[in-house]
Amino acid sequence: MSVSDGSVTRAGITRAGGLTWRQSWLLVALLAIAVLAWMALAIWPAWLNHILLSKKAFVSAILNGLTLAGLYFIVASGFTLVFGLMRNVNLAHGSLYLLGAYIGYEVATRTGYWLIGVAAGFLVLAVVGVAMQVLVFRRLEGDDLRQTLVTLGISIVAADLMLAVWGGTTYQISPPLWLEGAVKTPFLLAVRSNGAAVYLPYPFFRLVVLAIAIVIGLGLWLMLNRTRIGMMIRSGVDDSAMLSASGVNVHAVFAVVFAVGAGLAGFAGVIGGSVLSVAPGEDIRYLLASLVVVIVGGMGSITGAAIGALLIGLAEQISLIYFPTYGIVLTFVIMVATLAVRPQGIMGKVR
Amino acid sequence: MSIVAATDAQVAGNGPARIGIPHIVLVAALVLYPLVASDFFLTQIGGYSLIWGLLGLSLMLLAGYGGMVSLAQITVAGIAAYAVAILGHNNTSVLGFGWPWWITVIVAVGLASIASALIGAISVRTEGIYTIMITLAIATAFFYFTNQNYALFNGHSGFAGIAAPAFWGVNWRDPVPFYYLCLFVAAVCYAAVLYGAQSTFGLTLRAIRDNPRRMRALGYDVTAHKIFAWLLSGVVAGLSGVLLVWFNGRVSPGTVGVGPAINVLVVAVVGGLRHPIGPFLGAVVFVLLQVFAIDLVGAERFNTLIGLVFLVIVFVSPDGILGLWERAKPHLAQKSLRSEI
Repeated sequence: MSVSDGSVTRAGITRAGGLTWRQSWLLVALLAIAVLAWMALAIWPAWLNHILLSKKAFVSAILNGLTLAGLYFIVASGFTLVFGLMRNVNLAHGSLYLLGAYIGYEVATRTGYWLIGVAAGFLVLAVVGVAMQVLVFRRLEGDDLRQTLVTLGISIVAADLMLAVWGGTTYQISPPLWLEGAVKTPFLLAVRSNGAAVYLPYPFFRLVVLAIAIVIGLGLWLMLNRTRIGMMIRSGVDDSAMLSASGVNVHAVFAVVFAVGAGLAGFAGVIGGSVLSVAPGEDIRYLLASLVVVIVGGMGSITGAAIGALLIGLAEQISLIYFPTYGIVLTFVIMVATLAVRPQGIMGKVR
Repeated sequence: MSIVAATDAQVAGNGPARIGIPHIVLVAALVLYPLVASDFFLTQIGGYSLIWGLLGLSLMLLAGYGGMVSLAQITVAGIAAYAVAILGHNNTSVLGFGWPWWITVIVAVGLASIASALIGAISVRTEGIYTIMITLAIATAFFYFTNQNYALFNGHSGFAGIAAPAFWGVNWRDPVPFYYLCLFVAAVCYAAVLYGAQSTFGLTLRAIRDNPRRMRALGYDVTAHKIFAWLLSGVVAGLSGVLLVWFNGRVSPGTVGVGPAINVLVVAVVGGLRHPIGPFLGAVVFVLLQVFAIDLVGAERFNTLIGLVFLVIVFVSPDGILGLWERAKPHLAQKSLRSEI
């Protein structure tokens, strides 16, 4: 780094505009970080408030966007794993999310322990995932279009049966007391006339959701890159026939991935049902989110899912504040722009 | 990809033999249908099946001949339906420019086909299963957009009070004229698809479906052919959208939701994607199930029923009802042979 910094200053003196791409990108990045740091820490002048409504609205939108991105990431990471390994677009993924949310609600309200609800959401859906893999996908192996159609059929039936059981009402899973309340964030909003600084308060639970998403992301990354099963999954993504030929029980690997993917969807359902709410139609919403996140981020890539989730989550929350009736258009534009530049997604590989 | 695999029999000969006797019988039956059917069976089942059959046909054209399975057909139809509501008359007192019906229809179908070509241009950049994902994302995004946007789409309530026009001294809203209108449009589109499949373009499209790489190497512009197929499919879907909005009298985000988007695929797959008649068969089954589900499982659980039918069809016969028939034929023939011995 120090060498390149030195060359920047020398280059600046001896030959103007002689920066390499890398150096100019570094400068732009530093500048952007400086601007963002100033925006986060300083009290905004009137003109900036005029453009962006208010610091409170803007920073809240960013934080909400990050929380939502965390939720989208948990849902979409399962989707992208299953897709990457099995070439199987599980269009019932949204239904798994919603089922997880309902199960979490039932278990949490009956036992009174939120954590048991979260665990139940994960475990039950992991079992459902394995059942789907064994009963449905194994029978239609190698026929990806039919597999996709079957998941579509399952999602129709599942949505209707869930409507029959839980009705059209909106549920809210109540998070435990220790997760409630707001915390002060280091974002300075104003300084009162008596000198007291006003900081932006933000719900603690949402920050926890963001932390959970980061932990899950790191966990998945470690599992994929540092464990034996992760190695099998990665090689399965690249060439499952070869993996099978080298003596690995590919079906067992598929089952594990499906269990993790479906379990994460159910887990996200319980979390999402606690932060937001549970209602019919949410399955479609999260299916759309997963689809767009995975299309933008690249199929089969966890890093891509994280990038895609960040883009979509932030776009959704920022547009909610600045141009609410055209919010979905921004999401759509991001998707189309990605497809135009990189049809395989930001982190996707060309197959 | 076995669902969209090829079985394309060449039509040969002239005169009745060229058109085929089954077709003549079918047309005669459909033309005479109003003589025996009540108004309910004429419109709610006859007309409605033909409209859904058209929607399915627009998908069959893409999926069967082009190998591109789209879930955005209802979006294309919905764009035509919204255009009819916005440019023509509606009684929601929002927009409704009151253009003459024929200009409205031409513009609506034109907009739909352009929209379809754009969707095609977006999705042909990727292949196979990705098309489903992208078109589903487009369909869902369009649904949410119509739901949120009040300036153009009048939000959640949409538009009501749109009626089929009256011209040539006929009120096309009435059951019998409306049935014949649907039948005419459906027959023209069906014949056009059947004819187009044998044309140079149709053959090229099918060759691209089977081996895009080889066609590219032979010097064909694969992308342009695919996008043109989307454009044609948009014309069919747009026409069905116009008929659909005249049939319902209203259009709202519910019309273009994810449920209907999936139903188009259900209709086409249940019927069979190998021949243009498939979607119409699927539509008849779909509409009959929808109407009589109330006696079978109660009106509330219709989606479970249709979802299960769809699952069974996908599992048992990838080629839909047409495939069942194809499979049953040799068995029947054998049985008759055996009974002779």
